[in-house]
Amino acid sequence: MITIKQLRKTYEGSVAVDRIDLEVKDGEVMALLGPSGCGKTTTLQLLAGFLKPDAGEIRVGDRLLSSARSVVPPERRNMSLIFQSYAVWPHKTVAENVAYGLEVRKLPRAEIKTRVQRTLDRVKLGQLSHRYPAELSGGQQQRVALARALAVEPQVLLLDEPLSNLDANLREEMRFEIRRLHDETGITMIYVTHDQTEAMVVADRIAVMNLGRVEQVGEPHEIYELPATRFVASFIGRTNLLQLNGKTISIRPHQVLLSKPIEATHCLKGRITRHAYLGETRDYVIETADGAIMRVTTGPEVIHEVGAEVEMHLPLGACREITE
Amino acid sequence: MAVGAPAAPGRTALNLTRFRLEPALILGVLCLAALSFLVVVPIGWLVLTSFQDSDTQALTLRNYFEAFSHRIYLEPIANSLRLAISVAAIATIVGTALAWLVSRTDLPGRSILRPLILAAFVTPSFLGAEGWIFLAAPNSGWINKIWVALFHSEHGPLNVFSMQGAIFVIALYSIPYTFSFVSATLDMMPSELEDAATTLGSGIFRTMWSVTLPLALPAILSGFLLSFLEALELFGPPAFLLIPARQQVMTTQLYLFFSDYPPRVEVAAAYAMPLLLVTASLLLVQRRIIGRRRFTTVGGKGGVRRRMQLRTWRWPFFGLAFILPLLSVILPYTAMLLVSLSKNWSAGPFAPGNLTLYWYDWALNVNGTTREAIVHSLSYGAVAATLAVVVATAVAYMAVRKLFPGVQTFAFLAVAPFVLPGIVLAIGFFAAYTHPPLLLYGTAGILVAAYATRFLPIAFSNSSSILQGLTTDLENAARTLGAGPLRSLWTITVPLLRRGVLTSWLLVFIPALKELSASVFLYTSHTQVITTVIYDFSDAGNFEAVSTMGVLMMVITFVIVIVAYRLIGREVIRSAA
Repeated sequence: MITIKQLRKTYEGSVAVDRIDLEVKDGEVMALLGPSGCGKTTTLQLLAGFLKPDAGEIRVGDRLLSSARSVVPPERRNMSLIFQSYAVWPHKTVAENVAYGLEVRKLPRAEIKTRVQRTLDRVKLGQLSHRYPAELSGGQQQRVALARALAVEPQVLLLDEPLSNLDANLREEMRFEIRRLHDETGITMIYVTHDQTEAMVVADRIAVMNLGRVEQVGEPHEIYELPATRFVASFIGRTNLLQLNGKTISIRPHQVLLSKPIEATHCLKGRITRHAYLGETRDYVIETADGAIMRVTTGPEVIHEVGAEVEMHLPLGACREITE
Repeated sequence: MAVGAPAAPGRTALNLTRFRLEPALILGVLCLAALSFLVVVPIGWLVLTSFQDSDTQALTLRNYFEAFSHRIYLEPIANSLRLAISVAAIATIVGTALAWLVSRTDLPGRSILRPLILAAFVTPSFLGAEGWIFLAAPNSGWINKIWVALFHSEHGPLNVFSMQGAIFVIALYSIPYTFSFVSATLDMMPSELEDAATTLGSGIFRTMWSVTLPLALPAILSGFLLSFLEALELFGPPAFLLIPARQQVMTTQLYLFFSDYPPRVEVAAAYAMPLLLVTASLLLVQRRIIGRRRFTTVGGKGGVRRRMQLRTWRWPFFGLAFILPLLSVILPYTAMLLVSLSKNWSAGPFAPGNLTLYWYDWALNVNGTTREAIVHSLSYGAVAATLAVVVATAVAYMAVRKLFPGVQTFAFLAVAPFVLPGIVLAIGFFAAYTHPPLLLYGTAGILVAAYATRFLPIAFSNSSSILQGLTTDLENAARTLGAGPLRSLWTITVPLLRRGVLTSWLLVFIPALKELSASVFLYTSHTQVITTVIYDFSDAGNFEAVSTMGVLMMVITFVIVIVAYRLIGREVIRSAA
């Protein structure tokens, strides 16, 4: 189990990581999700041992890895890191890249060879072991980075926005690929990303970060359906935030029901200001009587003209109360 | 069968700051020592000497008064300015026109023109000056002789031993500066930028005037400034062409201060100060010009570049464009080659029995001085290149990785010699190392150190741009896989730098081989190099020996450039500068 306690890191006065607490269970995939500058990459660098915290501590099991007083250097942490830039070494072949960590551990040659081959087969690069990175596509380089990190069978695998340099199709494929590698190896992963879909596909649990703090930790469906804060509600998926009876309410656009006005007073009234047909859905922008703007997604068969008066029904079960 | 972390948990907790600082600190101290030796001490002594009385060592302004109050010392300053402005104007106009023809039009023979201009770039201008002495010396020059024979006139029309002659020769070898800057810009500029103007109704000339030229202006101005500085700082061509005409420029005047007995180093140091200040401020101006507009022209990367049709003007322009390589490469090299193959050059190369390999045999086998000079040039250059590359790469590594606060000062020191003209640098080295504690004058060490310093900025900028391209992730990846910091450096960063370091090495070695203006102040009879031997022979009027050594030097240079080009690619071309 990885335990982060009251971890804090500042750069020349500005706070990057602000006293966060987090626990990651063995064999779990934890995503650190947030916009750029939220502190997720700094957290990862602290975990990897490249940075020294100002306060707080990081433990794996009972072993204290980082505190303000001392930091175990990266090479003694038994954690592998996948870099956003892949950091595949251009002067080494695929096999030499993967063998590096095993050579550092002074394993016998024969064993290195079989383990390199096995790891490359696992990431489906078995045929390319003698190529140089420059001869590989971006996706293949990503697989080399994964194989190199997994070959040493680390206790923890850290991934720093590993898919952000890939094109959209490949990214979708690699999400499932990384999840598959996890399910096969059972390795504990901490996965940094700003892409909520990526986090939802890969992770068992998601820690949503903002301004150096962890706003909410939970399984993907909890984060989406039960957002605890205004930031989580608006960062994960689209939402409408309303002030009702002195409370802040979040309701997802597809959960609002639209109808022509009937004589009913318990719903919100509004006027359609914009409308877009998106094939599977229709998107409406609606201005309420008191000037608030709502976004509503309906099925393609629900048709209202721009300018039309409508009523919005907010099912009680879909409304979430939010703390600011 | 998980593999554990390589170290036992007991000794894992290590203080990060201590871990990083120790090797870095040692490296930092070593670099500081090297930079002090190469840069700080010579510049410091140069400035100090200029304020010192020659006998009492007391501080005084007398040297400045002496240097700038006599008419005979002020005239060279005027001459230098005249020379430099004329050269810069000619080189900029011709270089820009040529760049436009080669980069933007369908001029025939473009692909031959580029390597020929490159050959002019690589040719040291003092050799060009020698070549032109054979062609246009007042009586014995071949062009003049042909003229006299053809028109039965008393004198030929040309006299290379004159201010005009010097301007002409120096301009020939400055044109490649502007050419390479402007053509690089024009090569990057997509036609769309011009088309945008054309579609708005602007004609060809108006488009050139209002779009193409302004976009190329930073490059043109850079070419102008560098040609100006080059002409101001050159020693070889003025020494060969103007001293016989009894005219002095600042560099030759500095040499005269030195060749007085005893040498008037203090006055020379004071006299060199304007050169230093002008160079520093103009290079600053050039950086500003480039810095502000660099990205506007490089913007359209994917754009199409169409060539302008010259139509009926194709061949006339071809003729015009090839005048430059004719004058800067073909004619002088032919002359030099023929002279080197003549027993006695004034008899003309085709006089019966005059054609011989005697001088090559003489230079390589018979004469000890020339043979030694070749060995010295190669070995001093190699040691200087190694020294410069080691210092430059270490400083660049510390600066790029920001290993400790204040490291930017090191980077500044490593590029500072860029503003030192060769002669000024030599005066600094002379002033600093002709007395204890470090008595280097008269040894090979002072030449090696001067070369290393002079070309340190080239090596530094090359190494640091390579290091900037290497993300720390590459090293950090090795760390996470269990390698310690030194092992990561040694197995990842060092091999990745190898190619770039080789480039840096050549970028120092090649210009060191051709270095004259500092060498001529620092050599002694035991430490002759190729260029100083050429200078001595030229002084003594032994032009066959001058040509032979010149040809040998250029053969060595071209072989190295070509081999390096094959090995590494285009970066080598910059070594010509």
